[in-house]
Amino acid sequence: MKKSGVWKSKYISEFVFLCVLVLLWQLFYILGVDVFSIWKAYAMPSPAGVLKSFGTMLSGGLLLPAVGYSLLRGFGGYLLSVVIGCGLGLLMNYFPYLRRNLRPLVMGIQTLPSICWVPFSILWFGLTQQAIIFVVVMGSAFSIAIAADNAVRNVPPIYKKAALTMGAEPGQIYRDVILPASFPELISGLKQGWSFAWRALMSGEVMTTCIGLGQTLITGRNLADINQVMLVMVIIVLIGIFIDQMIFGRLEKRVYQKRGL
Amino acid sequence: MSLVLKNVSKTFEDSQGDVLNGINLEIRDGEFVCVVGQSGCGKSTLLNLIAGLEKPTDGEILLDGRQVDGPSAERVVMFQEHALFPWLSVIENVKFGMKLAGIPQKEQEETAVKYLRMMQLEDCRDYAIHQLSGGMRQRVALARALTLDSKLLLMDEPFSALDKQTSNRLRGELQDIWLKTNRTILFITHSVEEAVYLADRVIVMSPARNSIADIISIELERPRHVYDEKFMEYRHRILEKVQENVQV
Repeated sequence: MKKSGVWKSKYISEFVFLCVLVLLWQLFYILGVDVFSIWKAYAMPSPAGVLKSFGTMLSGGLLLPAVGYSLLRGFGGYLLSVVIGCGLGLLMNYFPYLRRNLRPLVMGIQTLPSICWVPFSILWFGLTQQAIIFVVVMGSAFSIAIAADNAVRNVPPIYKKAALTMGAEPGQIYRDVILPASFPELISGLKQGWSFAWRALMSGEVMTTCIGLGQTLITGRNLADINQVMLVMVIIVLIGIFIDQMIFGRLEKRVYQKRGL
Repeated sequence: MSLVLKNVSKTFEDSQGDVLNGINLEIRDGEFVCVVGQSGCGKSTLLNLIAGLEKPTDGEILLDGRQVDGPSAERVVMFQEHALFPWLSVIENVKFGMKLAGIPQKEQEETAVKYLRMMQLEDCRDYAIHQLSGGMRQRVALARALTLDSKLLLMDEPFSALDKQTSNRLRGELQDIWLKTNRTILFITHSVEEAVYLADRVIVMSPARNSIADIISIELERPRHVYDEKFMEYRHRILEKVQENVQV
């Protein structure tokens, strides 16, 4: 009971904080644009304007498809990243040669901002879905590979030894020991991988003409509609927070609690 | 069951373990053998070799006439600590080895419950590992090891991370279980008292020679008492052996 009370008060305080921030923002807008004319109205978003833009886009049937397509692409690309990343991570883990020689390279590529892959993707795939997915995969697969390699490497050797002396075969060691033992660290890696994928998705989407949040953002700029730009940014942040907290955060918490970590 | 070590030696290229030199040893069926010695004498290496976790550089290890080649459930190891799986509940941990062997669910359940009851842990069957005390964890680990009906149970200082009171109680329980189940046990310890309390024979290892310095049969009635005169005599004799073989 006490715990849920603490949670509630935490959410309430956050909510109040954000409300105050939005009110201040509106106040600044009124003072800066309407009263003193410091900024031009088209260059400064306001909470009211963003809300209005939200209403127009929602009723115009533009917003939901954009969110839906972006999520779909994000998830698709992310799943592909997970498969490729985990595969690559396991290979690096299994073969010392790859660990020594490939891992530094993967670490290096991982530091490339995902936008750097956009020229490649457009030359290879044109202005298509595949081009966006390619950027997403390039943006997140390598970080997942490093995380998977680390997670497996950090499994205490005693677990493997104990299982071996209980008669475990190599396949059983991977399935029944290494996978569950590395799970907490793996989830953290996958969570980070998701945030990379989500960012990469936006880099990819702003470059192409496919329906999506990134494209909506660019349309806002082209129409000089700063409120639409702001709205899309807010939605990108909200989706990011939602998936981070509601999916990965909860999963992480449950795994950690179960193991008393 | 018989375990024979013939002139077994082990060296490490990267000096990651303690060296062993020309070990000759036979362990008979149903015997409780303890290995004592200062750290660095190679007693853990000896256990790892018999477990199959390491390969001998020279000599051979024969279990019932067959050469030991890699780890197997017929030589299960109980480790010092932290070898239970934190992602599984108590009963799932106990069932782990049986699950690997593909034993039917129902039998797994019955055997697991039987050994948990023997350890007086049947009320904790669904607990998470982190909810157990150190002593309880080692009892779960022992239950898990016993479910496998191994020919040889290898124990690597299983009680040394526990407080004195708990480890004393556990060695008493271990002796009861050994008397009840007729297992063959090789038990590594740094406590001479523990060795004299538990063992039929105590093997004293010498860190100077990385080999067996002496093997002493303990001819005392069980259960033994620490303050018994003969017990103390054995203890002194073995302690002296251990100390005269200290590396200078």
